[in-house]
Amino acid sequence: MALLDYLLRKRKKSASVAKERLQIILAREHADRSGPDYLPNLKKDILAVVEKYVTIDYDQIQVTLDSQENYEILELNITLPDTTSTTAKPQRQAI
Amino acid sequence: MAKVIVVTSGKGGVGKTTTSASVSTGFAKRGHKTVVIDFDVGLRNLDLIMGCERRVVYDFVNVIQGEATLKQALIKDKRLANLEILPASQTRDKEALTLEGVEKVINQLRETHEYIICDSPAGIETGAIMALYFADEAIVVTNPEVSSVRDSDRILGILQSKSKRAIAGQEPVKEHLLITRYSPTRVQEGEMLSIEDIQELLGIPLMGVIPESTSVLQASNAGVPVIHDDMSISGLAYQDFVARLLGEDVPLRFLDPEKKSFLKRLFGT
Repeated sequence: MALLDYLLRKRKKSASVAKERLQIILAREHADRSGPDYLPNLKKDILAVVEKYVTIDYDQIQVTLDSQENYEILELNITLPDTTSTTAKPQRQAI
Repeated sequence: MAKVIVVTSGKGGVGKTTTSASVSTGFAKRGHKTVVIDFDVGLRNLDLIMGCERRVVYDFVNVIQGEATLKQALIKDKRLANLEILPASQTRDKEALTLEGVEKVINQLRETHEYIICDSPAGIETGAIMALYFADEAIVVTNPEVSSVRDSDRILGILQSKSKRAIAGQEPVKEHLLITRYSPTRVQEGEMLSIEDIQELLGIPLMGVIPESTSVLQASNAGVPVIHDDMSISGLAYQDFVARLLGEDVPLRFLDPEKKSFLKRLFGT
């Protein structure tokens, strides 16, 4: 039966995998493109400030701008690493 | 009113130069005075595809720097009287093209020609920006393959933000999708993105599909644009594409998988 299963197996067609991957990446790239020009720089500056105190990656900061009717919301989301490593760094710097 | 059309893609090797050669030849064949400009400074190749490589004396950069007149640099196509080629320079100086210089040449060509085809280099550097900057229309050449589709999307973003029309807030550059190296058999097998997939992903009007064919390589070997080949499905697909660019209503063809005979199926050729 295993042989029959092998012969009749339905593989996911590679073209549909390609399409799904493209849909995701293009949507992400469009979001980056459509935001105001200063967002990437803002993100870098925020990273520089946060890095004084904790070690984080560029990817751990999410800055999004939503607009609703007559106002805009700048949403800032920073994922901090666990506390043991955060306290360790300033101590090292103190020495 | 002259039209400036850029042939662009972001990714290299998808068929920009092949398309530039065939589209310019197609316009000229249909009686329109046409010039095709190679913007790939340092990597000149349009001359080879057009079969005029031995007649290059002056180039685009010579004209911009005032070392030659436009008339001296333009090469007359040996087959069509109303087609001219402006070859790229082989200089390694990346800054050889200036926006002012390119504008001057294009404005001069607008006086004398109906269609100005700009063959863009790959990438999104200066040369590619120069090629698309003055465009009224853009042919976005895309292969049914992930990296090509992504790069086409990127170049569409650039057309919509960095072209002169975008910057000046004029009517946007008219975008045409051209899918090349398409293999209906592989699409049917589910191993290649379909026309519908690509159109959905890029969201611009489809103007042509050029099927994968051995005649494209044969044409470039010979230095004769493939559109001249009436026996080739790629040549005929380019003829249809040019007709559509001229506003004619021509249906797409060559999109059904080639039917294999029983013997071929058996021996897998």
